Amino acid sequence: MSTRVQLEFFEGPLDLLLHLIKKNEVSITDIPIATITEQYLATLELMETFSLDVAGEFLVMAATLIHIKSRMLLPAGDEEIEDDEGGVDPRDELVRRLLEYQRYKDAAAELEQREILTRDVFVRAPPPAEESGPRGFREVSVFELLGALKRVIDRLPKDSFHEVTLDKITVREKMTLLLDKLRQLGSVLFEGLFDEAKTRMDVVVTFLAMLELVKVRAIRILQEEMGGPIMIEAATGMDEAAERVVLDETEEKQDGA
Amino acid sequence: MERDEIKSILESLLFVADGPQSVQRLAEVLDPVDKELIHELLHELRQDFEAQNRGIRLVEIAGGYQLRTPKANAEAVKKFLGGRPARMGKATLETLAIVAYRQPITKAEIEAIRGVDVDGVITTLLERNLIRAVARKDVPGRPFLYGTTPEFLQLFNLKDLSQLPTLKEMEEISLPEVPAETTSVDQLEET
Repeated sequence: MSTRVQLEFFEGPLDLLLHLIKKNEVSITDIPIATITEQYLATLELMETFSLDVAGEFLVMAATLIHIKSRMLLPAGDEEIEDDEGGVDPRDELVRRLLEYQRYKDAAAELEQREILTRDVFVRAPPPAEESGPRGFREVSVFELLGALKRVIDRLPKDSFHEVTLDKITVREKMTLLLDKLRQLGSVLFEGLFDEAKTRMDVVVTFLAMLELVKVRAIRILQEEMGGPIMIEAATGMDEAAERVVLDETEEKQDGA
Repeated sequence: MERDEIKSILESLLFVADGPQSVQRLAEVLDPVDKELIHELLHELRQDFEAQNRGIRLVEIAGGYQLRTPKANAEAVKKFLGGRPARMGKATLETLAIVAYRQPITKAEIEAIRGVDVDGVITTLLERNLIRAVARKDVPGRPFLYGTTPEFLQLFNLKDLSQLPTLKEMEEISLPEVPAETTSVDQLEET
């Protein structure tokens, strides 16, 4: 086992201190502060040697330990201390924190002993979510989508001249057309979206329109298996979702009709 | 309705239910069946499952009733389901214990007990829906106060928070032995 793992074992300065106290078999209420401080600092040094990030909390605790140690060296009856802290043991506050922390470590250990759901006990699997799609379908990765797009572009006639056509169609208009298609058919193959596309620009506009519709959750892109055909289908609530993005366009159309 | 009939329906409802169901909810469906009778039948149902050593048990969880598999069958069920359960790290578990026993509690108060920053852990616990912000504390900065969720009770098989094991008194706390196989920091230093 690597040293790194061993050192990361400490959850924090209190954890490290508890470890040192246990290891030295000393009483938590009567900590030999000089010994423990020395070992604590040695551990920090070791952590730095292995270029582990020594978190600020560890350094604050180091300062606290050194402070306690220095106060322990002063004569017990020192007036300054009595004025400050009423002659209490300088270790008291630390002991209280250590015990408090150990208390919750114990509580955590007890929780872990319980019958934990999905470890010891199980419940019936929840029914599949509404939007889970037909059996066996999975969501498509963006890379596969781009791959499919490339295949569509590759199929375009290579010898076409670059022409600036006046027959421009906007992404927004294309979205409406795609929605009409899906309303009619329910679902289409990815390639089927591009049936009417004659130019690179057509393909790109159609692709962008499709992405927009996915974004607003009007449609879903699914694939049965890796590399298999990609299906585009209407999502439940397609019309409401679409309404939010292509509202202007459809209104215009309706007005014109 | 016959007693046995109601009992059978209760079993069906709990089978299809998603999450623990309160007697209140069950009573609404079985109206006008008396709640007392539902309590009684649920109790019987639970005893039936146990007496016949069945593969499902009726457990009181998060203020309701839920069907769960017994611990004895855990290995087979785990194997069947595949996938490993999300293991909970020490930091997560300790923080969760502090929230559970001290709720409502602020992040700063948790940090004071653990002696380390708990930002990341709090985020994880919120994401897993095991704790939630329940209010804001009336101190400068108005920090969030966190408490546990019903999902916390479900995860640890608890009927309610009063079922949490009692916290030890300060005088009872003793430090466990250092496990023999743990390589001490000193030994590492020497090597």
